[in-house]
Amino acid sequence: MRVVVASGKGGTGKTTLATALAQVAAETQAVRVLDCDVEAPNAALFLHPQWSSGAEVTRPVPRVDAERCTACGRCAEVCQFNALAVVAGAVLVFDELCHGCGRCTWICPEQAIHEEPLTVGQIEAGRTLEGIDLAQGLLRIGQPMGLPVLRALKHWPPTTASASVSASPLPWIEIRDAPPGASCPVVETLRGADAVVLVTEPTAFGLHDLRQVVGIVQELGLPAWVVINRDGIGEAPIDAYCAEQGLPIALRLPLERRLAEALARGQSLPEAAPEYRPAIRHLLERLRYEVGGS
Amino acid sequence: MKLALSMAGDTLDAAFDARFGRAPFFVLVDSESGEWTRLPNPALEADGGAGVRAAQFLAAQGAEVVVSGAYGPKAWTTLHAAGLRALLAPEGQNALIGRQLLDQFRAGTLREAEAASHDGHHGG
Amino acid sequence: MKEIVILSGKGGTGKTSVTAALAHQASLTQPGRWLLADADVDAANLALLLEARATVAEPFVSGAVAVIDRDACSDCGACETACRYEALAQIDGHWQVDPIACEGCGACLDRCPSGDLSLVAQTVGTCRRSETPYGPLQHAHLNPGQENSGKLVTAVKRRAQAEAEAGGCGGLLVDGPPGIGCPVIAAVSGASLALLVTEPTVSGREDLERALATVRHFGVPARICINKADLYPEGARAIEELGTALGVATIARLPFDLSMAEALAAGRPVTAHRPEAPVSLALAELWTTLEAHLAAEAGSA
Repeated sequence: MRVVVASGKGGTGKTTLATALAQVAAETQAVRVLDCDVEAPNAALFLHPQWSSGAEVTRPVPRVDAERCTACGRCAEVCQFNALAVVAGAVLVFDELCHGCGRCTWICPEQAIHEEPLTVGQIEAGRTLEGIDLAQGLLRIGQPMGLPVLRALKHWPPTTASASVSASPLPWIEIRDAPPGASCPVVETLRGADAVVLVTEPTAFGLHDLRQVVGIVQELGLPAWVVINRDGIGEAPIDAYCAEQGLPIALRLPLERRLAEALARGQSLPEAAPEYRPAIRHLLERLRYEVGGS
Repeated sequence: MKLALSMAGDTLDAAFDARFGRAPFFVLVDSESGEWTRLPNPALEADGGAGVRAAQFLAAQGAEVVVSGAYGPKAWTTLHAAGLRALLAPEGQNALIGRQLLDQFRAGTLREAEAASHDGHHGG
Repeated sequence: MKEIVILSGKGGTGKTSVTAALAHQASLTQPGRWLLADADVDAANLALLLEARATVAEPFVSGAVAVIDRDACSDCGACETACRYEALAQIDGHWQVDPIACEGCGACLDRCPSGDLSLVAQTVGTCRRSETPYGPLQHAHLNPGQENSGKLVTAVKRRAQAEAEAGGCGGLLVDGPPGIGCPVIAAVSGASLALLVTEPTVSGREDLERALATVRHFGVPARICINKADLYPEGARAIEELGTALGVATIARLPFDLSMAEALAAGRPVTAHRPEAPVSLALAELWTTLEAHLAAEAGSA
């Protein structure tokens, strides 16, 4: 079963919940965590894995063979992203603008263009003491597009350790920690998932951003549960909204200074507040029974 | 000398637009005869790389000199590679019209953009 | 014109609350001189804190997606072989474009033997302008699931810059997006100063480091503001040390103060809602400091 933890608004406690789910699930299940927030991956700070493997993520960019090129301009003409310009008899390539579609390469009448890989980020994978497999994507500084890293992360082959995840007699669960927002990377994280846990906070911001993500989740037809973090801080009618949308509220975490301090130090939720363990376990059970799968 | 001015309007007497890639129009003017033509900027709808597209377009139109308010790194590189001179309109004069810039060019008072004058606008 | 962009590597650090308070302070010390922009188009919340009204919206058309002419298509599947974004799928024997996955490159157009595909521009959001008691606000709304390429961010900034220039405004205050990707790069480009709002948490520090690297990559001077600094003093110190090591000064340490949450619920800047609260006093001081640092950066540039 693949579960995405998403939130719309950043800083609502998405990673806190994703790692808590992973730790509690690991007591009875084979668990794999994918940190899909490639711009700011944080799950490892709470799970403390031993990194054991990794890979560079590349995307293809065009390179022009000046000998063959006749500066006909066809490549620049077809490029929808203006990544190529043909001026004064030569082709200029702007890697930052290239989406790696390959169109220039095959349209070139002289076959003067080939593609070379450009590194845009990396994947790191490892295992925690409690046996959770964790993989994270890291976008390289200054690179504008995180999607290739995210796609590579989703296709990341299970490490030797997690090869056992799907083969394991235990039920397995994949938990994806989504990036904030409600744009493309969130959709990419949700694709192929079986269920969603939405973390929000009872403020006007939380509600505003929750609506955005719910829109996508409903379009994809995924079952979703809501977790309200910092319960009690605001007046925003999250409960009413969830009732109206038919979204079950699975868990409420109050705003407590004690909890905030422990999390700030890098403690995970089940460590800092063991009293929430049963509720988290209950949420996992519901996911398993209501979504099914293995 | 063929001069391309980035413009808010589509005549030589219209207001100048300091943006290069996103100016609605270019006015291509012959600095000797004063003869001019309007060119709608084809890069206006570009998702990214508007400066690259605009620079390439002006090179293809036979411009030799460009006058604008600022150039991103990719636009500047493209203009440079195409052998076009990139000139900067004087700052702080909001209400400039195209004809004034032509006069300033003739008087030789326009400054050359030595390199990109801003960091570029991603997605712009 | 000066441009301050407020950023945070990690979301939820209080960036928007800080921006709203600075907008309020700017309207007090330099009335009518500052314009506001919300560049976090993916989660545009600034308007909720600024009592925005008289909002005017217009559709924002961007990008293109491939569209199949269903009447003419022979379902040969050639388009699928060209696509690198897994945007073409066969449903009930018919090929269809997934508009969310499609990046609009047009590769499928080249492969279609009968020319039944075309690229069609799409509306991806709205550009908005509102009046607020603290100055005009340029903002936007990105439709859920759309690509935040930075183009809408750039559009918001350009509108704000144009309005500021036309109105002879001295400055522009920009609430930036979280992260380090394209929208952040679009928001940071051309700014006079970036203020990074962070929290003294382990993740706050990690994300701040990446955000700072991004800001420096684009040559924009930066300052740090630590929110809830007293929540974890060791964490706050670690952030200040990180800043010092990178040559970035920490110019504000805001206390953990429930007034912030109250102001959020009330939909007002905290400095306007509870001017005497500890966090409000710290924010007022932050604005004064920022004004001084802006002048200093202008002097050194």
